[in-house]
Amino acid sequence: MSAGASPGIKRRDFLRYSSFGLALSSGGITVLAAAKTAAPANSLNPYVMIHDDGRIVIAAPNPDVGQGVNTALPMIVAEELDADWQDVEIILAPIDASRYGAQFAGGSLSVRNRWDELRQMGAAAREMLLRSAAQQWGVPRVELTTQPSKVLHTPSGRTASFAELVAAATEQPVPADGEVVLKARADYRLLGQRVVNAAAADIVRGRPIFGIDVSVPDMVYATYVKCPQVGGVPKTANLDEVKALPGILDAFIIAGNAGPPIFDLRKSIHVAGGVAIVASNTWAAIKARRSLQVDWDTSAASTDDSRAIEATALSAAGRPTGERDVKRLGDPDSAFAKSSSIVSGVYATDFVSHAQLEPQSCVAHATSTEVEVWTSSQTPGFAQSTLAKLFELPAEAIAVHQIRGGGGFGRRLSNEYVREAAVISKHMGKPVKLQWMREDDMAFDFYRSPAYFGLQAALSETGELTGWRNHVVSVSSDGEEANYGAGYRGYNFPDDVVPNVHISQTMVASKTPTGAWRAPISNVYAFAEQSFLHELAEAAGKDHRDFLMAALGADKWFKPDDLASLNTVRARKAIAAVTQAAGWGRALPKGRGLGLGFFFSHAGHVAEVAEVSVNADRQVTVHEVWVAADLGQIVNLSGAENQFQGSIVDGVSALADQRISIRSGAIEQTNFHQYPLLRLPQSPKINVEFLASDYPPSGAGEPALPPVAPAICNAVFNACGERIRSLPISRAGFKVV
Amino acid sequence: MQININGKAHDLSGADPDMPLLWALRDLLGLVGAKYGCGVAQCGACTVWLDDIPVRSCQLPLGAITGREVTTIEGLAGDALHPVQEAWIAHDVAQCGYCQAGQIMSAAALLKRNPNPSLEAIEGAMAGNICRCGTYTRIVDAIQTASTRLQGLSFYEVGQEVAERQTDGGVSV
Repeated sequence: MSAGASPGIKRRDFLRYSSFGLALSSGGITVLAAAKTAAPANSLNPYVMIHDDGRIVIAAPNPDVGQGVNTALPMIVAEELDADWQDVEIILAPIDASRYGAQFAGGSLSVRNRWDELRQMGAAAREMLLRSAAQQWGVPRVELTTQPSKVLHTPSGRTASFAELVAAATEQPVPADGEVVLKARADYRLLGQRVVNAAAADIVRGRPIFGIDVSVPDMVYATYVKCPQVGGVPKTANLDEVKALPGILDAFIIAGNAGPPIFDLRKSIHVAGGVAIVASNTWAAIKARRSLQVDWDTSAASTDDSRAIEATALSAAGRPTGERDVKRLGDPDSAFAKSSSIVSGVYATDFVSHAQLEPQSCVAHATSTEVEVWTSSQTPGFAQSTLAKLFELPAEAIAVHQIRGGGGFGRRLSNEYVREAAVISKHMGKPVKLQWMREDDMAFDFYRSPAYFGLQAALSETGELTGWRNHVVSVSSDGEEANYGAGYRGYNFPDDVVPNVHISQTMVASKTPTGAWRAPISNVYAFAEQSFLHELAEAAGKDHRDFLMAALGADKWFKPDDLASLNTVRARKAIAAVTQAAGWGRALPKGRGLGLGFFFSHAGHVAEVAEVSVNADRQVTVHEVWVAADLGQIVNLSGAENQFQGSIVDGVSALADQRISIRSGAIEQTNFHQYPLLRLPQSPKINVEFLASDYPPSGAGEPALPPVAPAICNAVFNACGERIRSLPISRAGFKVV
Repeated sequence: MQININGKAHDLSGADPDMPLLWALRDLLGLVGAKYGCGVAQCGACTVWLDDIPVRSCQLPLGAITGREVTTIEGLAGDALHPVQEAWIAHDVAQCGYCQAGQIMSAAALLKRNPNPSLEAIEGAMAGNICRCGTYTRIVDAIQTASTRLQGLSFYEVGQEVAERQTDGGVSV
């Protein structure tokens, strides 16, 4: 049974909240009356519903946290349905695995995973409309075709709108997968075009579409104070004093779980211990925090010191091999023994916070028998299952509504704030909006893990890369498994191209929670490997582009049965296109340089060139970035380009001065004055080129991020001769201006 | 405490004078276009106008603005669209959209005092508004488009044009 159909849940009709009211406009976005217990009239399948007045409603299945899937996924349906986009109204689908499968935002997978399904859904709905018209008009189906939002009988010129046909079409049997013919690419009207974000009209008017904007009747406002030393739990607090403050409805201790949380999306029911302050408005709760005094039990808390972790890790990474072997290909020892020269470099990256602009919030209403939450989670399905487990209730008793999120970048993959909101609501016996402060968000993140790489390469007399060693030093909370984002990436370039390879690993203890940060693992590997490859080109006396092209090896798919694997032909095309666009090899004034980076991730082949200048004060100006990519077919050109532009900015932002440091288990940075995000004047000019490609589309949210750091750091080297081996570059005294 | 918001007087006598305008707008008045991002005037997501000057509402206690005129994104053009909002749609600026009400309020204030800003002036006026999604290229493009639209048009003509060109999202451009 779907959550939406579960009995007993108080199905609040969204129409009661003007904020989330009815469809606002053509192409506008609203939250579905997820509440509807039966399939709405005129539904042709879970994705397509056509109103009598001509509006074509398409359900957007996956959470949108800015990656544009509320636009891109309905476009795929609309294309095969042959709907006029002006008639389309997009709703957010209810969270219901029986109808929509896995509804999540992660791994740049939404478009990739939904491509076949959504084409089929659109085409099947179109076929039902066509068959309905054939029956009504008594003509052969083959004489019918569609034009946007209508069926056309070519011999007679007779037409009927989808709206006129839909009621009868719902009686048609649903065509099986093989029964409908999908459009030829040449017949696309919508895919590949520039289509404006479906939420744009609401966004520019400041309409209430974000998690923080949710409001339900009788709702009260909560803040939740946790131990700065991550994993500590409260012993006592001055609750009576806090409860006496103006506007405060309650203050209470939640014993919670001691110890830092682990990034386990499916299983975790961890609720960090803390003190909840519940008030009649957000400000009263915030203000009361100033008066709160808590005595913490830190016996199970993290004692991390990021400086000590780094010192241990760098010392380990200086050794060519680590404690355990991960991979051996060919005969690396003999390749190094026979080499003409050996190049070494230790690369390091720091803890990084997500800093999505909308801090975590969640509205929850939990009783002893049911839980209802409104959340911007990237994994609303896991929110449902972990709430069921936490409250020991059947899944049917948990209703989760997906709400647009103000940025994700991996931060909303976990659902700890959803559980906190539900626990506080159950205590209060009322709906509660839990609002994390920015300081909470920065102190209790699942950070991008630091990573350390001891790289060594063997070069032949003619400058070929013959041997490759990578000693990966990973933080680990148990000494056995690397923490999320800190481990070995698996198959990769150049590891699986160079004939003789030795990958080894050493663990360094750390309890600080880490998780997925945009292009996890790839973002640190790209910096280390693509910078090191430039070092090798320099050592070999070769042009970086030529060296990279050669290092990619023979024309091949890395996994012949997997179209989402690295293809060296596609990779070389991207590198060739971007270097041509950037004028690779052109003369530049002193202090200016071009740098190149390539990375394959998320099924995308992406190459980037950065042009920077470096002055005597170590100020770095990133003037321009070129990016060329083979992502397969492009669904929404404007959306994909926007994701790429944003990834470049994010990459510059992170490499400039983003760094989380830890002392005695507590995060030292509290807000943006200590953790700067890139601002408009620092933002480079960006040129995006998507290569013509007939492969199925892949996701655009992540793969353009990894090449940014190496392209810029290689450009800095070419501009001033200084090699950057540690991020952020502020650690070496560079400043992005 | 009486505060004028989008041309309408609101009596907030019962409210804590320390309460920042942001939370009064959001929790007491249901005007949620201004967003909470940092609470310390670093990100600009809460930008509104105080007597036509863009300010960070998260740092503005109610007690300090009695009798002043506040304009929020909801009051910028009502149900119609200001030329800046139109340009924002035309350039498909937003990704997540969370910062954009603040960006638009800063941009509209800039064009009100300087309808033809240089790139440097745009950079200066917009440096206080963070876009974590990185839509800066499009923000600059949209401001320049709005600027072109605003030049040479009388206030009446701009209003006419807004009315004529009123449009919604979801259009191909």
